Amino acid sequence: MYKQNLYKIISNDKLTDNVYKMVVEGDTQYITAPGQFVNILISGKYLRRPISVCDYDSKTITLIYKTVGEGTQILSKMMPGEILDMLTGLGNGYDISKSHSPLVIGGGVGVPPMYNLTKKLIENNQNPTVILGFNTKSEIFYEDEFRALGAKVIVTTVDGTYGVKGYVTDAFPEEYDYFYTCGPMPMFRAIEAKAKTSGAYSFEERMGCGFGACMGCSCKTKYGNKRICKDGPVLLREEIVW
Amino acid sequence: MVDLSVNFCGLEMDNPVVPASGTFGYGNEFKDFYDINILGSFSFKGTTRDARFGNPTPRIAECESGMINAVGLQNPGVDAVISEELPRLKTFFNKKVIANVSGFSVEDYAYTCEKLDKEEQVGILEVNVSCPNVHGGGMSFGTNPDCAAEVTRAVKAVTTKPVVIKLSPNVTDICEIALACEEAGADGICLINTLLGMKIDINRRKPVIANKMGGFSGNAVFPVAVRMVYQVSKACSIPVMGCGGVSRAEDVVEMMMAGATAVQVGAANLVNPYVCKEIVEKLPSVCENLGINKISEIIGVVD
Repeated sequence: MYKQNLYKIISNDKLTDNVYKMVVEGDTQYITAPGQFVNILISGKYLRRPISVCDYDSKTITLIYKTVGEGTQILSKMMPGEILDMLTGLGNGYDISKSHSPLVIGGGVGVPPMYNLTKKLIENNQNPTVILGFNTKSEIFYEDEFRALGAKVIVTTVDGTYGVKGYVTDAFPEEYDYFYTCGPMPMFRAIEAKAKTSGAYSFEERMGCGFGACMGCSCKTKYGNKRICKDGPVLLREEIVW
Repeated sequence: MVDLSVNFCGLEMDNPVVPASGTFGYGNEFKDFYDINILGSFSFKGTTRDARFGNPTPRIAECESGMINAVGLQNPGVDAVISEELPRLKTFFNKKVIANVSGFSVEDYAYTCEKLDKEEQVGILEVNVSCPNVHGGGMSFGTNPDCAAEVTRAVKAVTTKPVVIKLSPNVTDICEIALACEEAGADGICLINTLLGMKIDINRRKPVIANKMGGFSGNAVFPVAVRMVYQVSKACSIPVMGCGGVSRAEDVVEMMMAGATAVQVGAANLVNPYVCKEIVEKLPSVCENLGINKISEIIGVVD
Protein backbone atom coordinates (compact mmCIF):
# COMPACT_ATOMS: atom_id res chain seq x y z
CA MET A 1 0.00 0.00 0.00
CA TYR A 2 1.34 3.39 -0.99
CA LYS A 3 0.22 6.96 -0.37
CA GLN A 4 1.07 10.53 -1.24
CA ASN A 5 1.71 12.95 1.60
CA LEU A 6 3.51 16.13 2.55
CA TYR A 7 6.68 15.97 4.65
CA LYS A 8 8.60 18.64 6.51
CA ILE A 9 12.37 18.69 6.10
CA ILE A 10 14.04 18.45 9.51
CA SER A 11 17.63 18.38 8.29
CA ASN A 12 19.54 18.14 5.02
CA ASP A 13 23.25 17.64 5.59
CA LYS A 14 26.24 16.87 3.41
CA LEU A 15 27.91 13.54 4.22
CA THR A 16 30.55 13.49 1.49
CA ASP A 17 31.32 15.53 -1.64
CA ASN A 18 28.10 14.52 -3.35
CA VAL A 19 26.11 12.49 -0.84
CA TYR A 20 23.50 14.09 1.38
CA LYS A 21 21.39 12.92 4.30
CA MET A 22 17.89 14.31 4.64
CA VAL A 23 15.50 13.66 7.50
CA VAL A 24 11.82 14.45 6.93
CA GLU A 25 8.87 14.36 9.28
CA GLY A 26 5.41 13.07 8.44
CA ASP A 27 3.26 10.00 7.96
CA THR A 28 5.41 6.86 7.81
CA GLN A 29 2.71 4.22 8.22
CA TYR A 30 2.88 3.02 4.62
CA ILE A 31 6.53 2.04 4.85
CA THR A 32 6.44 -1.61 5.81
CA ALA A 33 9.78 -3.16 4.87
CA PRO A 34 13.46 -2.23 4.53
CA GLY A 35 14.42 -1.64 0.91
CA GLN A 36 11.29 0.27 -0.05
CA PHE A 37 11.58 3.72 -1.60
CA VAL A 38 9.87 7.11 -1.77
CA ASN A 39 9.18 9.16 -4.89
CA ILE A 40 9.80 12.87 -4.41
CA LEU A 41 8.20 15.72 -6.34
CA ILE A 42 10.87 18.33 -7.06
CA SER A 43 9.94 21.88 -7.91
CA GLY A 44 10.68 22.63 -11.56
CA LYS A 45 11.14 18.97 -12.52
CA TYR A 46 8.46 16.96 -14.30
CA LEU A 47 8.97 13.47 -12.92
CA ARG A 48 9.41 12.53 -9.29
CA ARG A 49 12.77 11.27 -8.01
CA PRO A 50 12.83 7.77 -6.50
CA ILE A 51 15.07 7.57 -3.43
CA SER A 52 15.52 4.52 -1.22
CA VAL A 53 14.57 4.73 2.45
CA CYS A 54 17.67 4.60 4.64
CA ASP A 55 15.74 4.49 7.90
CA TYR A 56 12.33 5.32 9.33
CA ASP A 57 10.48 5.40 12.61
CA SER A 58 6.93 6.38 13.61
CA LYS A 59 7.47 10.05 12.68
CA THR A 60 10.53 10.45 10.46
CA ILE A 61 12.11 9.12 7.31
CA THR A 62 15.86 9.30 6.65
CA LEU A 63 16.95 9.52 3.03
CA ILE A 64 20.54 9.41 1.82
CA TYR A 65 20.99 10.45 -1.78
CA LYS A 66 23.73 11.27 -4.24
CA THR A 67 23.54 14.41 -6.37
CA VAL A 68 23.61 12.83 -9.80
CA GLY A 69 21.63 15.39 -11.77
CA GLU A 70 19.64 18.60 -11.64
CA GLY A 71 16.80 17.10 -9.58
CA THR A 72 18.98 15.84 -6.75
CA GLN A 73 20.98 19.12 -6.92
CA ILE A 74 17.76 21.01 -6.22
CA LEU A 75 16.95 18.57 -3.42
CA SER A 76 20.39 19.11 -1.85
CA LYS A 77 19.75 22.86 -1.63
CA MET A 78 16.45 22.55 0.23
CA MET A 79 16.35 23.87 3.77
CA PRO A 80 14.91 22.58 7.05
CA GLY A 81 11.28 23.65 7.35
CA GLU A 82 10.56 23.31 3.62
CA ILE A 83 7.86 20.87 2.54
CA LEU A 84 8.27 17.88 0.24
CA ASP A 85 5.50 16.05 -1.62
CA MET A 86 6.34 12.35 -1.54
CA LEU A 87 4.79 9.02 -2.37
CA THR A 88 5.78 6.51 0.30
CA GLY A 89 5.46 2.78 0.74
CA LEU A 90 6.69 2.08 -2.79
CA GLY A 91 8.25 -1.22 -3.78
CA ASN A 92 8.36 -4.62 -2.16
CA GLY A 93 11.43 -4.28 0.07
CA TYR A 94 13.50 -7.07 1.59
CA ASP A 95 11.96 -10.16 3.16
CA ILE A 96 14.06 -10.68 6.30
CA SER A 97 12.56 -14.02 7.28
CA LYS A 98 14.98 -16.06 5.20
CA SER A 99 18.21 -16.05 7.12
CA HIS A 100 20.02 -16.59 10.44
CA SER A 101 23.46 -15.17 9.69
CA PRO A 102 23.09 -13.14 6.52
CA LEU A 103 25.57 -11.11 4.56
CA VAL A 104 24.50 -7.50 3.94
CA ILE A 105 26.36 -5.87 1.06
CA GLY A 106 26.01 -2.22 0.11
CA GLY A 107 27.99 -0.56 -2.64
CA GLY A 108 28.34 3.23 -2.84
CA VAL A 109 24.95 4.87 -3.07
CA GLY A 110 23.47 1.37 -2.55
CA VAL A 111 24.57 1.55 1.09
CA PRO A 112 21.62 3.58 2.53
CA PRO A 113 18.80 1.00 2.29
CA MET A 114 21.06 -1.55 3.99
CA TYR A 115 20.96 0.52 7.18
CA ASN A 116 17.32 -0.10 8.09
CA LEU A 117 17.68 -3.65 6.81
CA THR A 118 20.60 -4.26 9.18
CA LYS A 119 18.64 -2.68 12.02
CA LYS A 120 15.66 -4.96 11.34
CA LEU A 121 17.86 -8.05 11.06
CA ILE A 122 19.48 -7.29 14.43
CA GLU A 123 16.09 -6.60 16.04
CA ASN A 124 15.03 -9.97 14.68
CA ASN A 125 18.03 -11.66 16.39
CA GLN A 126 19.70 -12.43 13.12
CA ASN A 127 23.43 -11.93 13.01
CA PRO A 128 24.35 -9.92 9.94
CA THR A 129 27.83 -9.29 8.62
CA VAL A 130 27.82 -5.96 6.80
CA ILE A 131 30.19 -5.20 3.92
CA LEU A 132 30.21 -1.59 2.73
CA GLY A 133 32.06 -1.00 -0.50
CA PHE A 134 33.36 2.37 -1.69
CA ASN A 135 35.83 3.56 -4.31
CA THR A 136 37.97 5.56 -1.91
CA LYS A 137 38.15 6.81 1.68
CA SER A 138 36.60 10.22 0.97
CA GLU A 139 33.43 8.57 -0.31
CA ILE A 140 32.75 6.58 2.84
CA PHE A 141 29.63 7.41 4.84
CA TYR A 142 27.60 5.78 7.60
CA GLU A 143 30.26 3.33 8.76
CA ASP A 144 29.91 4.47 12.39
CA GLU A 145 26.13 4.34 12.20
CA PHE A 146 26.23 0.72 11.04
CA ARG A 147 28.68 -0.14 13.82
CA ALA A 148 26.40 1.55 16.37
CA LEU A 149 23.66 -0.90 15.42
CA GLY A 150 25.89 -3.66 16.74
CA ALA A 151 26.64 -5.25 13.39
CA LYS A 152 29.97 -6.67 12.32
CA VAL A 153 31.06 -4.15 9.68
CA ILE A 154 33.75 -4.51 7.00
CA VAL A 155 34.57 -1.54 4.77
CA THR A 156 36.27 -2.04 1.44
CA THR A 157 37.81 0.58 -0.83
CA VAL A 158 38.87 -0.11 -4.38
CA ASP A 159 42.04 1.95 -4.01
CA GLY A 160 42.88 0.63 -0.54
CA THR A 161 42.82 4.05 1.14
CA TYR A 162 40.66 2.59 3.93
CA GLY A 163 39.69 -0.85 5.20
CA VAL A 164 40.07 -3.88 3.00
CA LYS A 165 41.63 -3.07 -0.37
CA GLY A 166 39.50 -4.26 -3.25
CA TYR A 167 35.87 -5.04 -3.92
CA VAL A 168 33.11 -6.20 -1.59
CA THR A 169 33.64 -9.72 -2.87
CA ASP A 170 37.22 -9.61 -1.52
CA ALA A 171 35.80 -9.35 1.99
CA PHE A 172 33.28 -12.19 1.88
CA PRO A 173 33.33 -14.26 5.08
CA GLU A 174 33.41 -18.06 5.06
CA GLU A 175 30.07 -18.51 6.76
CA TYR A 176 26.74 -16.93 5.80
CA ASP A 177 23.38 -18.42 4.90
CA TYR A 178 21.83 -15.66 2.75
CA PHE A 179 22.76 -12.30 1.26
CA TYR A 180 21.05 -8.97 0.73
CA THR A 181 22.55 -6.38 -1.58
CA CYS A 182 22.10 -3.01 -3.20
CA GLY A 183 24.60 -1.26 -5.40
CA PRO A 184 25.94 -0.87 -8.93
CA MET A 185 25.60 -3.52 -11.64
CA PRO A 186 29.32 -4.48 -11.81
CA MET A 187 29.20 -5.22 -8.07
CA PHE A 188 26.09 -7.36 -8.61
CA ARG A 189 27.88 -9.37 -11.28
CA ALA A 190 30.85 -9.95 -8.98
CA ILE A 191 28.54 -11.05 -6.16
CA GLU A 192 26.62 -13.31 -8.51
CA ALA A 193 29.89 -15.02 -9.49
CA LYS A 194 31.06 -15.45 -5.90
CA ALA A 195 28.00 -16.02 -3.70
CA LYS A 196 27.23 -19.57 -2.58
CA THR A 197 23.75 -19.05 -1.14
CA SER A 198 20.35 -17.64 -2.06
CA GLY A 199 20.03 -13.91 -1.85
CA ALA A 200 18.16 -10.74 -2.76
CA TYR A 201 19.28 -7.94 -5.06
CA SER A 202 17.74 -4.45 -5.13
CA PHE A 203 17.68 -2.99 -8.64
CA GLU A 204 17.62 0.50 -10.02
CA GLU A 205 15.92 1.64 -13.22
CA ARG A 206 14.64 4.85 -14.75
CA MET A 207 11.04 5.12 -13.60
CA GLY A 208 8.01 7.03 -14.78
CA CYS A 209 5.49 6.75 -11.97
CA GLY A 210 7.10 4.57 -9.30
CA PHE A 211 3.87 2.75 -8.48
CA GLY A 212 3.41 0.27 -11.29
CA ALA A 213 1.23 2.14 -13.76
CA CYS A 214 3.45 3.15 -16.66
CA MET A 215 5.51 0.01 -17.35
CA GLY A 216 8.59 2.20 -17.72
CA CYS A 217 10.88 0.06 -15.55
CA SER A 218 9.95 -3.48 -16.55
CA CYS A 219 12.38 -6.35 -16.61
CA LYS A 220 12.21 -10.00 -17.54
CA THR A 221 12.55 -12.59 -14.79
CA LYS A 222 12.39 -16.38 -14.80
CA TYR A 223 8.83 -16.03 -13.50
CA GLY A 224 7.62 -13.50 -16.04
CA ASN A 225 7.81 -9.74 -16.49
CA LYS A 226 8.19 -7.63 -13.39
CA ARG A 227 8.10 -3.93 -12.71
CA ILE A 228 11.16 -2.78 -10.75
CA CYS A 229 9.05 -0.14 -8.97
CA LYS A 230 6.11 -2.32 -7.93
CA ASP A 231 7.17 -5.99 -8.06
CA GLY A 232 10.75 -4.97 -7.11
CA PRO A 233 13.05 -3.23 -6.54
CA VAL A 234 14.13 -6.36 -4.66
CA LEU A 235 14.37 -9.46 -6.81
CA LEU A 236 15.44 -12.87 -5.57
CA ARG A 237 18.59 -14.45 -6.92
CA GLU A 238 16.72 -17.45 -8.32
CA GLU A 239 14.38 -15.35 -10.46
CA ILE A 240 16.86 -12.89 -11.99
CA VAL A 241 17.77 -13.12 -15.65
CA TRP A 242 21.29 -11.66 -15.94
CA MET B 1 -24.97 22.77 -9.43
CA VAL B 2 -22.92 22.40 -12.61
CA ASP B 3 -23.91 19.54 -14.92
CA LEU B 4 -20.64 17.81 -15.85
CA SER B 5 -22.21 14.94 -17.79
CA VAL B 6 -21.28 14.30 -21.40
CA ASN B 7 -22.26 11.73 -23.97
CA PHE B 8 -19.32 10.51 -26.00
CA CYS B 9 -20.24 8.20 -28.89
CA GLY B 10 -23.27 7.01 -26.97
CA LEU B 11 -21.38 6.43 -23.72
CA GLU B 12 -23.06 8.44 -20.97
CA MET B 13 -20.36 9.74 -18.65
CA ASP B 14 -20.82 11.54 -15.32
CA ASN B 15 -18.00 13.87 -16.30
CA PRO B 16 -15.60 14.28 -19.23
CA VAL B 17 -12.47 13.19 -17.33
CA VAL B 18 -10.82 10.04 -18.66
CA PRO B 19 -7.31 8.81 -17.76
CA ALA B 20 -5.46 8.06 -20.98
CA SER B 21 -4.21 4.68 -22.08
CA GLY B 22 -0.77 3.72 -20.86
CA THR B 23 -0.86 5.95 -17.81
CA PHE B 24 -3.49 4.08 -15.83
CA GLY B 25 -2.70 0.37 -16.35
CA TYR B 26 -5.90 -1.62 -16.00
CA GLY B 27 -6.97 0.58 -13.10
CA ASN B 28 -5.47 -1.55 -10.38
CA GLU B 29 -2.57 0.73 -9.40
CA PHE B 30 -4.91 3.69 -8.84
CA LYS B 31 -7.64 2.09 -6.76
CA ASP B 32 -5.40 2.36 -3.69
CA PHE B 33 -5.10 6.13 -4.20
CA TYR B 34 -8.82 6.88 -4.68
CA ASP B 35 -12.18 5.44 -5.72
CA ILE B 36 -11.81 5.49 -9.50
CA ASN B 37 -15.60 5.34 -9.97
CA ILE B 38 -15.56 9.13 -9.77
CA LEU B 39 -14.04 9.19 -13.27
CA GLY B 40 -16.04 9.51 -16.47
CA SER B 41 -14.31 6.34 -17.59
CA PHE B 42 -10.71 5.36 -18.28
CA SER B 43 -8.83 3.98 -21.23
CA PHE B 44 -6.92 0.86 -20.33
CA LYS B 45 -3.35 -0.08 -21.29
CA GLY B 46 -2.83 -0.63 -25.02
CA THR B 47 -3.70 -4.26 -25.61
CA THR B 48 -2.48 -6.45 -28.43
CA ARG B 49 -3.34 -9.90 -29.77
CA ASP B 50 -0.33 -11.52 -28.08
CA ALA B 51 1.48 -10.69 -24.84
CA ARG B 52 4.35 -8.24 -25.28
CA PHE B 53 7.33 -7.33 -23.12
CA GLY B 54 7.94 -4.13 -25.04
CA ASN B 55 11.22 -2.31 -25.59
CA PRO B 56 14.49 -2.60 -23.69
CA THR B 57 15.06 -0.21 -20.76
CA PRO B 58 15.66 2.66 -20.17
CA ARG B 59 12.20 3.43 -21.52
CA ILE B 60 11.66 6.75 -19.76
CA ALA B 61 13.38 10.10 -20.12
CA GLU B 62 12.43 13.27 -18.33
CA CYS B 63 12.30 16.49 -20.33
CA GLU B 64 11.40 20.08 -19.62
CA SER B 65 7.66 20.07 -18.73
CA GLY B 66 7.19 16.54 -19.91
CA MET B 67 8.61 13.11 -20.51
CA ILE B 68 9.50 10.70 -23.27
CA ASN B 69 8.44 7.08 -23.09
CA ALA B 70 9.31 4.13 -25.26
CA VAL B 71 7.51 1.37 -23.39
CA GLY B 72 6.58 -0.38 -26.61
CA LEU B 73 3.11 -1.65 -25.79
CA GLN B 74 3.98 -3.98 -22.94
CA ASN B 75 0.75 -5.85 -22.13
CA PRO B 76 -0.35 -9.35 -21.20
CA GLY B 77 -2.26 -9.95 -24.45
CA VAL B 78 -5.99 -9.81 -25.09
CA ASP B 79 -6.80 -13.24 -23.66
CA ALA B 80 -5.17 -12.45 -20.30
CA VAL B 81 -6.85 -9.04 -20.29
CA ILE B 82 -10.22 -10.73 -20.70
CA SER B 83 -9.59 -13.58 -18.27
CA GLU B 84 -7.65 -11.70 -15.57
CA GLU B 85 -7.65 -7.90 -15.85
CA LEU B 86 -11.33 -7.29 -16.63
CA PRO B 87 -12.67 -9.60 -13.87
CA ARG B 88 -10.34 -7.89 -11.39
CA LEU B 89 -11.37 -4.45 -12.66
CA LYS B 90 -15.02 -5.39 -12.10
CA THR B 91 -14.37 -5.75 -8.37
CA PHE B 92 -13.59 -2.03 -8.01
CA PHE B 93 -14.91 -0.24 -11.11
CA ASN B 94 -18.59 -0.32 -11.98
CA LYS B 95 -18.52 1.86 -15.09
CA LYS B 96 -17.79 1.06 -18.70
CA VAL B 97 -14.12 1.09 -19.60
CA ILE B 98 -12.51 2.21 -22.84
CA ALA B 99 -10.57 -0.65 -24.43
CA ASN B 100 -7.40 0.60 -26.10
CA VAL B 101 -6.22 -1.77 -28.82
CA SER B 102 -3.06 -1.85 -30.89
CA GLY B 103 -1.79 -4.18 -33.57
CA PHE B 104 0.79 -4.96 -36.22
CA SER B 105 -1.55 -5.85 -39.05
CA VAL B 106 -5.13 -5.07 -40.01
CA GLU B 107 -6.03 -8.64 -38.99
CA ASP B 108 -4.46 -8.10 -35.54
CA TYR B 109 -6.64 -5.08 -34.87
CA ALA B 110 -9.79 -6.86 -36.02
CA TYR B 111 -8.98 -10.00 -34.00
CA THR B 112 -8.33 -8.13 -30.74
CA CYS B 113 -11.27 -5.75 -31.14
CA GLU B 114 -13.68 -8.57 -31.97
CA LYS B 115 -12.74 -10.31 -28.71
CA LEU B 116 -13.04 -7.18 -26.57
CA ASP B 117 -16.29 -6.21 -28.27
CA LYS B 118 -17.95 -9.17 -26.55
CA GLU B 119 -17.00 -7.92 -23.06
CA GLU B 120 -19.88 -6.14 -21.36
CA GLN B 121 -17.52 -3.94 -19.30
CA VAL B 122 -16.13 -2.44 -22.49
CA GLY B 123 -18.00 0.70 -23.52
CA ILE B 124 -15.85 1.91 -26.38
CA LEU B 125 -13.11 0.41 -28.51
CA GLU B 126 -10.25 2.87 -28.87
CA VAL B 127 -8.10 1.79 -31.78
CA ASN B 128 -4.55 3.05 -31.43
CA VAL B 129 -3.06 3.64 -34.87
CA SER B 130 -0.53 5.99 -33.37
CA CYS B 131 1.98 4.23 -31.15
CA PRO B 132 5.37 5.78 -32.00
CA ASN B 133 7.34 3.10 -30.19
CA VAL B 134 6.73 0.00 -32.22
CA HIS B 135 8.47 -0.60 -35.50
CA GLY B 136 6.39 -1.86 -38.39
CA GLY B 137 3.13 -1.23 -36.60
CA GLY B 138 1.19 1.24 -34.58
CA MET B 139 1.96 4.65 -35.92
CA SER B 140 2.54 3.47 -39.50
CA PHE B 141 -1.21 2.81 -39.71
CA GLY B 142 -2.02 6.26 -38.41
CA THR B 143 0.25 8.28 -40.66
CA ASN B 144 -1.39 7.17 -43.90
CA PRO B 145 -5.09 7.92 -44.51
CA ASP B 146 -5.68 4.77 -46.54
CA CYS B 147 -4.15 2.53 -43.86
CA ALA B 148 -6.08 4.28 -41.08
CA ALA B 149 -9.28 3.82 -43.06
CA GLU B 150 -8.52 0.18 -43.73
CA VAL B 151 -8.01 -0.54 -40.01
CA THR B 152 -11.22 1.35 -39.21
CA ARG B 153 -13.27 -0.63 -41.74
CA ALA B 154 -11.82 -3.94 -40.57
CA VAL B 155 -12.64 -3.22 -36.92
CA LYS B 156 -16.10 -1.86 -37.69
CA ALA B 157 -16.90 -4.99 -39.69
CA VAL B 158 -16.45 -7.29 -36.68
CA THR B 159 -17.69 -5.15 -33.78
CA THR B 160 -20.89 -3.60 -32.48
CA LYS B 161 -19.53 -1.10 -29.95
CA PRO B 162 -18.52 2.46 -30.79
CA VAL B 163 -15.11 2.54 -32.46
CA VAL B 164 -12.85 5.51 -31.77
CA ILE B 165 -9.59 5.87 -33.65
CA LYS B 166 -6.69 7.30 -31.67
CA LEU B 167 -4.52 9.37 -33.96
CA SER B 168 -0.88 10.34 -34.05
CA PRO B 169 0.11 14.00 -34.19
CA ASN B 170 3.21 13.03 -36.19
CA VAL B 171 1.58 13.77 -39.54
CA THR B 172 1.46 16.59 -42.06
CA ASP B 173 -2.32 16.89 -42.25
CA ILE B 174 -4.21 15.59 -39.23
CA CYS B 175 -7.60 16.41 -40.78
CA GLU B 176 -6.97 14.23 -43.82
CA ILE B 177 -6.40 11.18 -41.57
CA ALA B 178 -9.35 11.98 -39.32
CA LEU B 179 -11.68 12.41 -42.29
CA ALA B 180 -10.48 9.11 -43.77
CA CYS B 181 -11.40 7.38 -40.49
CA GLU B 182 -14.78 9.10 -40.39
CA GLU B 183 -15.56 8.06 -43.95
CA ALA B 184 -14.52 4.49 -43.10
CA GLY B 185 -17.12 4.39 -40.34
CA ALA B 186 -15.33 5.52 -37.19
CA ASP B 187 -17.69 6.68 -34.44
CA GLY B 188 -15.21 9.07 -32.92
CA ILE B 189 -11.63 10.32 -32.95
CA CYS B 190 -9.20 10.50 -30.05
CA LEU B 191 -6.15 12.71 -30.31
CA ILE B 192 -3.34 13.32 -29.77
CA ASN B 193 -1.06 10.41 -29.00
CA THR B 194 2.53 11.35 -28.09
CA LEU B 195 4.82 13.44 -30.25
CA LEU B 196 7.89 11.61 -31.47
CA GLY B 197 10.78 13.00 -29.47
CA MET B 198 14.33 12.39 -28.36
CA LYS B 199 16.46 13.15 -25.30
CA ILE B 200 20.24 12.97 -25.30
CA ASP B 201 22.40 12.53 -22.21
CA ILE B 202 25.10 15.12 -22.94
CA ASN B 203 27.52 13.51 -20.49
CA ARG B 204 27.36 10.11 -22.13
CA ARG B 205 26.73 11.49 -25.64
CA LYS B 206 23.98 8.93 -26.05
CA PRO B 207 20.19 8.92 -26.14
CA VAL B 208 18.68 8.40 -22.68
CA ILE B 209 16.18 5.92 -24.07
CA ALA B 210 17.40 2.52 -25.27
CA ASN B 211 15.10 2.78 -28.29
CA LYS B 212 16.71 6.19 -29.01
CA MET B 213 13.38 7.92 -29.75
CA GLY B 214 10.07 7.84 -27.96
CA GLY B 215 6.75 9.53 -27.43
CA PHE B 216 6.87 12.97 -25.81
CA SER B 217 3.97 13.88 -23.53
CA GLY B 218 3.23 16.10 -20.57
CA ASN B 219 2.27 19.74 -20.06
CA ALA B 220 4.49 20.94 -22.91
CA VAL B 221 2.35 19.27 -25.61
CA PHE B 222 -0.95 20.81 -24.49
CA PRO B 223 -1.08 23.67 -27.03
CA VAL B 224 -0.33 21.25 -29.87
CA ALA B 225 -3.14 18.99 -28.68
CA VAL B 226 -5.59 21.86 -28.40
CA ARG B 227 -4.75 22.98 -31.92
CA MET B 228 -5.28 19.50 -33.37
CA VAL B 229 -8.49 18.91 -31.43
CA TYR B 230 -9.73 22.22 -32.81
CA GLN B 231 -8.79 21.38 -36.40
CA VAL B 232 -10.24 17.88 -36.34
CA SER B 233 -13.46 18.79 -34.57
CA LYS B 234 -14.07 21.50 -37.14
CA ALA B 235 -13.27 19.17 -40.06
CA CYS B 236 -15.18 16.10 -38.86
CA SER B 237 -18.77 15.57 -37.78
CA ILE B 238 -17.97 12.69 -35.37
CA PRO B 239 -17.09 13.53 -31.74
CA VAL B 240 -13.53 14.06 -30.56
CA MET B 241 -11.88 12.88 -27.36
CA GLY B 242 -9.12 15.37 -26.57
CA CYS B 243 -5.81 14.20 -25.16
CA GLY B 244 -2.37 15.67 -24.63
CA GLY B 245 -0.77 17.61 -21.80
CA VAL B 246 -3.90 18.02 -19.71
CA SER B 247 -3.12 18.50 -16.03
CA ARG B 248 -5.76 20.89 -14.62
CA ALA B 249 -9.51 21.44 -14.66
CA GLU B 250 -8.90 24.60 -16.70
CA ASP B 251 -7.18 22.49 -19.36
CA VAL B 252 -10.27 20.28 -19.60
CA VAL B 253 -12.44 23.34 -20.18
CA GLU B 254 -10.00 24.70 -22.76
CA MET B 255 -9.86 21.46 -24.68
CA MET B 256 -13.65 21.18 -24.67
CA MET B 257 -13.95 24.72 -25.97
CA ALA B 258 -11.57 23.66 -28.75
CA GLY B 259 -14.00 20.91 -29.69
CA ALA B 260 -13.48 17.91 -27.41
CA THR B 261 -16.54 16.09 -26.04
CA ALA B 262 -14.44 14.32 -23.42
CA VAL B 263 -10.88 14.83 -22.28
CA GLN B 264 -8.14 12.38 -21.48
CA VAL B 265 -5.43 12.95 -18.89
CA GLY B 266 -2.18 11.11 -19.51
CA ALA B 267 1.31 11.71 -18.20
CA ALA B 268 0.03 13.86 -15.33
CA ASN B 269 -1.29 10.66 -13.67
CA LEU B 270 2.27 9.41 -13.35
CA VAL B 271 3.46 12.54 -11.57
CA ASN B 272 0.41 13.17 -9.41
CA PRO B 273 -1.63 9.98 -9.05
CA TYR B 274 -4.55 12.04 -7.71
CA VAL B 275 -4.65 14.43 -10.66
CA CYS B 276 -7.88 13.09 -12.19
CA LYS B 277 -9.63 13.09 -8.84
CA GLU B 278 -8.51 16.68 -8.28
CA ILE B 279 -9.71 17.70 -11.75
CA VAL B 280 -13.13 16.07 -11.23
CA GLU B 281 -13.46 17.82 -7.88
CA LYS B 282 -12.35 21.18 -9.20
CA LEU B 283 -14.33 21.24 -12.45
CA PRO B 284 -17.59 22.47 -10.87
CA SER B 285 -16.04 25.57 -9.33
CA VAL B 286 -13.97 26.30 -12.44
CA CYS B 287 -17.15 26.05 -14.54
CA GLU B 288 -19.12 28.18 -12.10
CA ASN B 289 -16.52 30.93 -12.24
CA LEU B 290 -16.76 30.86 -16.03
CA GLY B 291 -20.57 30.98 -15.99
CA ILE B 292 -20.89 27.42 -17.31
CA ASN B 293 -23.94 25.56 -15.98
CA LYS B 294 -23.75 22.60 -18.30
CA ILE B 295 -20.29 21.58 -19.43
CA SER B 296 -21.50 19.95 -22.66
CA GLU B 297 -22.60 23.39 -23.85
CA ILE B 298 -19.00 24.56 -24.23
CA ILE B 299 -17.98 21.79 -26.64
CA GLY B 300 -16.49 23.48 -29.68
CA VAL B 301 -17.69 26.99 -28.76
CA VAL B 302 -14.53 28.48 -30.20
CA ASP B 303 -15.05 29.53 -33.80
